[in-house]
Amino acid sequence: MVEETAAVLAAPRPRSPGGSRRLIGTPAAEAILVPLGALILSLLLFGLFVACAGVNPLAVYRYMVEGSVGSWFSVQNTLTRAAPLLLTGLCTALPAQAGLMIIGNEGAFVMGGLAAAAAGVALRDAPSFLALAAMAVAGTAAGAVWIALAGSLRHWRGVNETISSLLLNYVAIAILNQLVEGPFRDPQSLNKPSSPSIGYAHMIGSIPGTEIHWGLAVGIVVCLAASILIRRTTVGFATRITGGNLKAARMVGLPIGRLVMLTCALGGAAAGLAGMIELAAVQERASADLITGYGYSGILVAFLARQNPLAMIPVAVLLGGIGASGGLLQRHLGLPDAATVVLQGIIFIVILASDAVYGRVPWLKPAAART
Amino acid sequence: MSGGGLGWWIVPLAVLGGAIRVSTPFLFVSLGECITEKSGRINLGLEGTLVMGAMSGYAVSYISGSPWLGVLAAGLVGTGMGLLHGTICSLQRVNDIAVGIALMLFGVGLADYLGKPFIQPAAPQLPSLSFGWWSSSPDVQNALKINELFLVGVALVPLLVWAFRATRWGLILRIVGESADAARALGYPVIPVRIIATCCGGFLAGIGGSFLSLYYPGAWSERISSGQGITAVALVIFARWNPQLCFYAALLFGGAGALGPSLQGVGVHGGYYLLNAAPYILTLLIMIVTCSPKRRLLGAPAELSITK
Repeated sequence: MVEETAAVLAAPRPRSPGGSRRLIGTPAAEAILVPLGALILSLLLFGLFVACAGVNPLAVYRYMVEGSVGSWFSVQNTLTRAAPLLLTGLCTALPAQAGLMIIGNEGAFVMGGLAAAAAGVALRDAPSFLALAAMAVAGTAAGAVWIALAGSLRHWRGVNETISSLLLNYVAIAILNQLVEGPFRDPQSLNKPSSPSIGYAHMIGSIPGTEIHWGLAVGIVVCLAASILIRRTTVGFATRITGGNLKAARMVGLPIGRLVMLTCALGGAAAGLAGMIELAAVQERASADLITGYGYSGILVAFLARQNPLAMIPVAVLLGGIGASGGLLQRHLGLPDAATVVLQGIIFIVILASDAVYGRVPWLKPAAART
Repeated sequence: MSGGGLGWWIVPLAVLGGAIRVSTPFLFVSLGECITEKSGRINLGLEGTLVMGAMSGYAVSYISGSPWLGVLAAGLVGTGMGLLHGTICSLQRVNDIAVGIALMLFGVGLADYLGKPFIQPAAPQLPSLSFGWWSSSPDVQNALKINELFLVGVALVPLLVWAFRATRWGLILRIVGESADAARALGYPVIPVRIIATCCGGFLAGIGGSFLSLYYPGAWSERISSGQGITAVALVIFARWNPQLCFYAALLFGGAGALGPSLQGVGVHGGYYLLNAAPYILTLLIMIVTCSPKRRLLGAPAELSITK
């Protein structure tokens, strides 16, 4: 009984009886126009919100455009911020295919970064490619274990995965803080406890001609791979059946437990990889700075993209742009840095509410559903 | 802090005092969530409501000079958040868990935004009653200083038990939570009842938040709540939707949360962060023990999405 509702709950989107409205095969009009409309409504609501705070909304919009795509510098800033979101978003989107609603992205990100730091410090004197490979393996493995834990609790103990994965976030952060203040602390880090450095030589560089690190390319490739896995493989098909109709999946004898564990582990691995890249491309050493909020934004990316890894690419860029414009809003208009979080929250709420619109707007209805 | 002749006895004493202090927000949020879940909806956004309550309670207490006005304001802001959740979830095909996640992020962000000006100034705090007058030890007195809001929460427990069991309102709430169809057949409006229940839950969660900023830890800051709201939601599940069990569970959680600071008080510094994570680990462990994939939880409202 327990799993059934969860399956219905976390199903990527409600399906019409004819099955005409699928993830990617969706008739473009509704799938694109409804989220777009929700986005515009969110921006208007945000404008109203800042207007109440005494700030000119038009100026806010202008600085948001300027801060996200206004110059080469801001474009690079946007894309750099989009890179981790591509991976942390998968941490919600992949388990969602099997009907689970995981929000432990931040914890998997932190554990990935921490494990990568441990591997990187241990292999400081090893050749660069070896150190980086070990860090990637450690990071993905840590993230995978972290989310698989929530998945297995769900499958074998019936523990609600949304709550358990959220609680695991706080446990991960506690482990990070405990280690970088204790056994894993670099004695030289006085003011801000942090781990020893992984060594500058072993850091991930930038894509030639830009300041954007390679994480962006990795993120796009992983999203494409995830999309192929879901849409074009037997495993992906079985997973989507599990997520769409658990009873049917059980009746045809699908290995539900294994599918749940697999998607959770893969999602966690993606978030862990994001943590590893954040560490190896940006931070160099593990510290409380690994708590970036990329995990929480990743949840929003997945929901905004309706759990579709391909759609996550533009959505991550969009949210990266919102994040990138925060600095300008703060500098020029004196808005607190939480302003972008408020906007994200508004978008999240409006997008979820827009679920009610599907199939209700006559001229947007997919042709198949109309007959 | 010296042991004052009590030595290690200070630890259980401090845990007891801390349990009472730390448990108050857990108690209010879990009682509120209990009302909401009895109606068949789950509101994971109470984490955001808690933080919004902490911020608005502190701000109003600072501006008006009256902490109790702050508590009321926090409750009203919480009601507003509950109304938002309840209304959006009433739209067709909108998932209540997802809306809860959204409101959690939104509430925390909004509280950070609006609370910026109130990080520095000191607002008047809630009063507390001293039950340790009989002892000359300052540690005992300290541990037995009990906040009035906690007593309000304690009084709410039997009130809710009675209301669920014996009043017309309680019965309607339970019918809606057990079977929406039956409620409809009896002529009770399902959606308005659920919206009202979510508002009540938000009201109590907001009050729980005001306790954070107005008594313990006693100041508004951006990281004032780290998961207390969500822990309290989990707490309702293994308290089996029973207000009385919610009370004991809240005390247990408070005690777990107070363990770290009390051990630090006697000079044990190892594992500080891990001890602070004790409530989360405890929640996970209890959920692992009490949940089962084979049967529905005892006492769970049948319309509740997470247990159906």
